[in-house]
Amino acid sequence: MGLQSTTAVPGPVPVLAEGWGWRHAGRKAPAVSDASFSIEPGERVLLLGASGAGKSTLLHAMAGVLGDDGEGEETGRLTVAGLRPSDARGRAGLVLQDPESQLVLARVGDEVAFGAENLSVPRPQIWDRVRESLADVGLDVPLDHPTAALSGGQKQRLALASVLAMRPGLLLLDEPTANLDPDGVREVRDAVARVLDRTGATLVVVEHRVAVWADVVDRVIVLAAGGGVLADGPPSKVLAESATRARLVEAGVWVPGHTPQLRLPAAPAPGGPLLQAVGLDVARSRKAGPVLRAVDLDLLSGQALSVTGPNGAGKSTLALTLGGLLAPARGELSTTPALHRGAAQSPVKWKSAQLVARIGSVFQEPEHQFLTSTVADELEFGPRRVAKLPEAEVRRRVDNIAERLRLTRLLRANPFTLSGGEKRRLSVATMLATGPDILMLDEPTFGQDANTWAELVTLLAELVADGKSVVSVTHDADFTAALGGSAVRVADGGVQPVQTLRRAA
Amino acid sequence: MSADLMTPRLSASPFSRANPVSKLAAAAVITVVVMLSVDWVSASVVLAAELLLMPVLGVNPWLLFKRGWPLLAAAATGAWATALLAEKTGAVLFQLGPVVFTDDSVAGGIAIGLRSLAVALPGIFLLLTTDPTDLADALAQKLKLPHRFVLGALAAMRLVGLLVEEWRTLGLARRARGVGAENRPLAKAGAFVGQAFGLIVQAIRRATRLAVAMEARGFGAGRRTWARESSYSTVDVWVLLGGVLIAAAAAAAAVAAGTWNFIFV
Ligand SMILES: Nc1ncnc2c1ncn2[C@@H]1O[C@H](COP(=O)(O)OP(=O)(O)OP(=O)(O)O)[C@@H](O)[C@H]1O
Ligand SMILES: [Mg+2]
Repeated sequence: MGLQSTTAVPGPVPVLAEGWGWRHAGRKAPAVSDASFSIEPGERVLLLGASGAGKSTLLHAMAGVLGDDGEGEETGRLTVAGLRPSDARGRAGLVLQDPESQLVLARVGDEVAFGAENLSVPRPQIWDRVRESLADVGLDVPLDHPTAALSGGQKQRLALASVLAMRPGLLLLDEPTANLDPDGVREVRDAVARVLDRTGATLVVVEHRVAVWADVVDRVIVLAAGGGVLADGPPSKVLAESATRARLVEAGVWVPGHTPQLRLPAAPAPGGPLLQAVGLDVARSRKAGPVLRAVDLDLLSGQALSVTGPNGAGKSTLALTLGGLLAPARGELSTTPALHRGAAQSPVKWKSAQLVARIGSVFQEPEHQFLTSTVADELEFGPRRVAKLPEAEVRRRVDNIAERLRLTRLLRANPFTLSGGEKRRLSVATMLATGPDILMLDEPTFGQDANTWAELVTLLAELVADGKSVVSVTHDADFTAALGGSAVRVADGGVQPVQTLRRAA
Repeated sequence: MSADLMTPRLSASPFSRANPVSKLAAAAVITVVVMLSVDWVSASVVLAAELLLMPVLGVNPWLLFKRGWPLLAAAATGAWATALLAEKTGAVLFQLGPVVFTDDSVAGGIAIGLRSLAVALPGIFLLLTTDPTDLADALAQKLKLPHRFVLGALAAMRLVGLLVEEWRTLGLARRARGVGAENRPLAKAGAFVGQAFGLIVQAIRRATRLAVAMEARGFGAGRRTWARESSYSTVDVWVLLGGVLIAAAAAAAAVAAGTWNFIFV
């Protein structure tokens, strides 16, 4: 068996791609094509590319979990340590983007031990590895701590530790710091750097925000959206030389020191109030205690409001409450006639059709909100069924939004098969197409390349200029600065004073 | 039964340290004896023993009631129905129109009610006092069940627990898109079906992603080792002995009282 024989030779692992490509079953165009590169043992590679360019697909292929012929069509050759990736499983350790979906067991120690058990590591050594891996990533909890009770950042570090206990010669990370607060991002990155220094393993990490990893990696490979490799070399060269820089900017790579050019409409002076919270306590459920207390907040028409704060502070719960989805635990959330237009005062009492015409909430996890089986149906759903627009107007709106958010070539695809960034854009787009008075967005820019990011910011700024309100829960400081408006910080069980931002011109 | 029956609240009782396999064996012996005869003597002996042993087993009666009350209701309904429908022999106890209760029909009803409780409790005790991970370890290491199957089931069970939360989130997410449950019954039913469908999709998605994550961590290939050793200790002897004793006492009491009626004759 390939697995047993390969675990006997630990150490850094090389990767070789020769004209490699993959087309997912059910798609006309390949996700990756013509990728050729050779990664030496111990190299640290940052894999870049526009959203949908095939980065995750390539990473899954290296981990040997892309599936068989039924799930797609392979071209060219890809080897890990000279073997087919599926025979080299266990040499490569993959950390998926969503740490939640890779938890297998109920206790932290068992979770970390799982991979080592599968590789037939003798029992006493397993526990040595478990303790070592947890120390490496700096996760300081008892071995019998429940995995479900960890914060987002802790879960991400647990996922990393679980993979490290396998002593992989190749570490594959897919956007490991997406959705983490700035402290969490640094923690995870430093943990990875520490581990690499000690083990010398090869690293391939996918991340849109280049700056985070620029100091850790020694090579950058950029996948071109249309196939092939756009750039390949040390970061100092690829990211600094003006010729490649220009090409990368064009392709939507977040080149450090370059913020995408935005042409935003002038921000209007905010209008009258729409939504008012007075002494609001917010809680996930009636039984659970409040996560935030005594929140006072006014939302005006034509206002952009950013909600920031550390992981687990209660930002999403606040957004759900303001969005009329969770009942306030205490205090009052009321609407002005400009918003309720004759419906009840309190948004939780609205019928769902009344709600979505007034407040459109976009959840952190896009998949929860998908209702139909194609991207086109998904986009048409709101304008047709909720806003009841005439057919011609539905078409115009949908085409326009799809075009601007680069979803046009995906209109026939199933929403659940989209890439991470594409799913995010689609779920925001469905609400943009519906056109409520208030948009309540949870992490609207995660997983976006610089081009789609700029388009998203522009669309939202246009809405604000139109007199709509946009509330965004976000860790993205560039986004907050670009959209302007005001910001509140959620921390320590409360909402801290509003600070007014000026839009970076 | 409520879904959180899945999550044991482990106490420090010695019983919770017993190997799940011996608990399983003891529960099986008791269950088989109760199943063999429909009579109230054997069922009451077993039930009494189960209730008396609760402190030793580390089962909190209040918790048991909170999570197991639907079972109590089901047993009571079963007893009532049997008393109502069984053959009407013996003295009439109560009559109101077509509703007749006699000596024998009431005895039959009580036996059925007690019996369903006596049969269900060992299994519930097992779940309440056993960590699912330990159970999986024991099934794979001691009973040599295939580890792919056992660990797959364990992971699936964790996902089932998460589905409760998932259902709630889906409800909110769909309301946010304008397809929430409304007051009209028909719309409500439609929304429920849609949400249930969404839940199935999410369950499949989660399971697929988890399978990929497990595969990426080397799961499923050939031999594996176990980080936690599933072992027997003297506690297990006591657990087994206890199970056999209760079963024997129940059968003996029923035979002595002349109520033993072997179900297969
Ligand atoms: N399971 C699947 N079935 C069909 N198509 C898929 C599947 N997974 C991804 N795709 C498609 O393949 C292309 C590449 O997807 P991939 O997830 O690799 O992109 P990515 O570079 O990781 O993007 P992002 O930065 O947005 O995460 C996309 O067009 C996507 O829609
Ligand atoms: Mg991706």
